[in-house]
Amino acid sequence: MQTVLSIAIDAFAYGMALFIICIGLSLTMGLMRVVNLAHGAFAMIAGYIASYAARDLGLGYAVAIFLAIIGTVVISIPLERLLYRRIYGRPELTQVLMTIGITFCIIGITNYFFGPTLKTIPLPGSLSQPVDVGFKTIAAHRLFVMACGIVVAGGLWYLIEKTDFGIKLRATVDNAAMADALGVRTQVVYAVSFAIAIGLAALGGVVGAEFLPIEPYYALRYMVTFLVVVSVGGAGSIPGAVAACLLLGAVDTTGRYLMPEFGNFFFYAAVIAIVCVFPRGFFGRAQ
Amino acid sequence: MKVSNAILGAAIGALLAGSAMADTIKVGIIGPFSGPFALQGKNFQAGVEAYMALNGKSVKGHDIEVIYRDLPAANPAQSRALAQELVVKEKVQYLGGVYFTPDAMAITPLLKQANTPLVIFNAATSAIMTQSPLVVRTSFTTAQTTSPLGKIATERGVKKVISAVSDYGPGVDAEAAFKKAFEAAGGQVVEAIRMPLNTTDFSPIMQRVRDSGAEAVFAFLPSGPTTLGFVKAYNETGLKQAGIKFFAPGDLTQESDLPALGDGAVGLLTTFHYAVSHDSPENKKFVEAATKAVGGADQLSFPSVGAYDGMHVIYKMIEATDGKQDAQKAVDAVKGLAWTSPRGPVSIDAETRHITENIYLREVVKGPDGKTTNKEIQTFPNQKDPGLATQ
Repeated sequence: MQTVLSIAIDAFAYGMALFIICIGLSLTMGLMRVVNLAHGAFAMIAGYIASYAARDLGLGYAVAIFLAIIGTVVISIPLERLLYRRIYGRPELTQVLMTIGITFCIIGITNYFFGPTLKTIPLPGSLSQPVDVGFKTIAAHRLFVMACGIVVAGGLWYLIEKTDFGIKLRATVDNAAMADALGVRTQVVYAVSFAIAIGLAALGGVVGAEFLPIEPYYALRYMVTFLVVVSVGGAGSIPGAVAACLLLGAVDTTGRYLMPEFGNFFFYAAVIAIVCVFPRGFFGRAQ
Repeated sequence: MKVSNAILGAAIGALLAGSAMADTIKVGIIGPFSGPFALQGKNFQAGVEAYMALNGKSVKGHDIEVIYRDLPAANPAQSRALAQELVVKEKVQYLGGVYFTPDAMAITPLLKQANTPLVIFNAATSAIMTQSPLVVRTSFTTAQTTSPLGKIATERGVKKVISAVSDYGPGVDAEAAFKKAFEAAGGQVVEAIRMPLNTTDFSPIMQRVRDSGAEAVFAFLPSGPTTLGFVKAYNETGLKQAGIKFFAPGDLTQESDLPALGDGAVGLLTTFHYAVSHDSPENKKFVEAATKAVGGADQLSFPSVGAYDGMHVIYKMIEATDGKQDAQKAVDAVKGLAWTSPRGPVSIDAETRHITENIYLREVVKGPDGKTTNKEIQTFPNQKDPGLATQ
């Protein structure tokens, strides 16, 4: 029982870390219809900024997270205006090629400026100590990641379902021409949602750095994992992404505990099964 | 027509003779100079440049020219093609480098035909040496660096160990080598876990370590991001406080990863053939020269010393053959060769052509400047490769 509980809590933490990074990608793919393979690259940029702020400048963890999100969004704005805007509504292949090109460029640039070694983001004392939760000792940082995941999921759901901006966003996504005619500034809506997606990638990159360490090949190393979460959950769906992260986190963690020799067999077996039964993912919208 | 042909022939002959007389001996080095393993390739280059800076760029009047070829990830077919190109087009007389075992294996069948020796700077599987009599290795094998851990673990009162290794060739080698040495010393491996190479969250593994009831964990993971996650999980899941000891070969705490591992690494015990902190005049000189070449003290790591000693072997080969291309003579000349390397006294085993060297037990300690280093606390002198001894 104790083992089951501790696997469950590990799975939950891992799932939430995945969720924070992937939800932004899910939004760009589902709502904006852009296959943004450079999503992980933005998470990586944020990790580098946070690492630089916390390790080299000696700033606090909260400040580092804040700077990382702002910095990454600032970097992404010209990219959105100059590059992404050209591929909205284009065929997927064009989008894939463009964004994978951006990924490689970002990898090259970070490698050049920050060097090929691993970068860590020093945690504040309160987050780095192990916490005894009764049946198991876990890192306080994991609890923090879980809390962040829950807050992000709730906040996004509120933003999209309950606010004015959410209504405009959904209208733009469903029929951009009509929304434009009705006075919604669709370019602004796109830009803002892109910025939100990138901001979430940045947050995920920083708080998830303990699970997925920051190094120059981060963007490529975890690309498949990110895409799997989005495809299993259904692009653009928040509950879908939550469900996918929790389920895949649980399958992966349990598989690794019980039968590590099988490698990622269980993870991908689950993905195949789910995609067979739900071709659009758990909560995917019909196109 | 005939005359012009004859002139042309003479001209070509003169050209060929001329190029031989220009007397530049080319050494081709294959390594990962770009891509995810670029740091290790950079260390190859640092070792080579450090050696040439300290020992001159010519041997007996023959100038040495080094030609680098980039092989970003393990790719046997490309490795073979690069070696072929180096031999045929660039006319190198010596091949060196090679980070991954499969790449080295792919080159060995060419050596005899090309009349070229291969000096391996890293690739660490025992079996490479049996593939061709023209291979010499100046790095280490996983069995060589791991075996002393068996004795160390029992000396520290550990009877039951769980092993956790990455599920690929070197990981399996490490698992086998540790098991053999530890059981020979009277210990028992209670469980052997093989972890997928792309694992990022190690807490389920730590839970298994805890549930197994072992007193220590033996780990092997390739240096880089994975080791960071593993060491963090070891600390965070409370295994360290619970008194479960940690043993690993030195790949886990290579110097370039130490800043990222931070305080979590303090107290880890690893065995390896080289620590940047090794206290000897030879190493001081080496570290100074290699740091200059690699571009930063925190980037210097173990492949640099394999490359440095590899260059030493190549220089000795050139000396023995006096610039002529004779692979067998070159290899025979370095059999039994002994010298003082930055890592300590070493020699090339005449039978296996693999390096005999000291293996050190190191503990990660925190210096007064807050930086962590591998401190050598025990020496196992003149270790051969046990992996080859059994074959």
